Amino acid sequence: MPFGQKRSGGRGKSGDKKGGDKAQGQRRTLFRRRKVCKFCADKIDDINYKDVKLIGPFVPERGKILPRRISGTCAMHQRKLQTAIKRARQIALIPYVTD
Amino acid sequence: MAAAVAVRQYELVYILPPDTTEQQATELHEQVESVVTRMHGAIEKSENWGRKKLAYDIAHHKEGVYVLEVINGSGELMKELDRRLKTIDQVLRHMIVRVDEEKKVVERTRTKRQAESERRRVARGLPPQRQPGEGRSQERDDLDDDRFDGVEV
Repeated sequence: MPFGQKRSGGRGKSGDKKGGDKAQGQRRTLFRRRKVCKFCADKIDDINYKDVKLIGPFVPERGKILPRRISGTCAMHQRKLQTAIKRARQIALIPYVTD
Repeated sequence: MAAAVAVRQYELVYILPPDTTEQQATELHEQVESVVTRMHGAIEKSENWGRKKLAYDIAHHKEGVYVLEVINGSGELMKELDRRLKTIDQVLRHMIVRVDEEKKVVERTRTKRQAESERRRVARGLPPQRQPGEGRSQERDDLDDDRFDGVEV
């Protein structure tokens, strides 16, 4: 099982302090993406409650509103998005909760 | 009669049971229309979205017929309409939203951006409108897209 061997080797390396530091630095450069507000980038002025396709990606499985820190939406557009989602919920276009 | 009341624009969305016939829907639409015209309003647009799946059950229905009406009128009119819709059993759910202010804001930001881009283009010595075939092409590499894609939670 070469995969398992590799895994354990990696763990050993990160065990000592220097190795761990290095790995963390690498991870930051590797995985962090710059987040841009979708509405600013696409120049969408009107966030409408009727447009489920537009709002949909900001309402995950559970039915909660996706926080700004994850979606990267700017403050102004998050506010507009919030009212749009709440309105869409009222007329059953988007669920309040789903289990 | 003096029309001193401010005319505003509202959107009314209501949901009817899925077994509603075309005729019943138009009947209800006429009812709404009569109230609107009686209170000196006007229906600007009427849209029937047809049967749609509801995100959650309303009165044990899983589907509903959506109808949208864009109405120009006073707040009093909408109050009356709201009161009437509440008493009609056929209407599963309705919602009234005032839209004129928001529309104005959207219009303003759009024209502002347009003017700004034109100003900048003129400053760069370009014609104010974007020419066809100019700038980056529309199709973008997926790797290039660093925005949120709706998968990670």
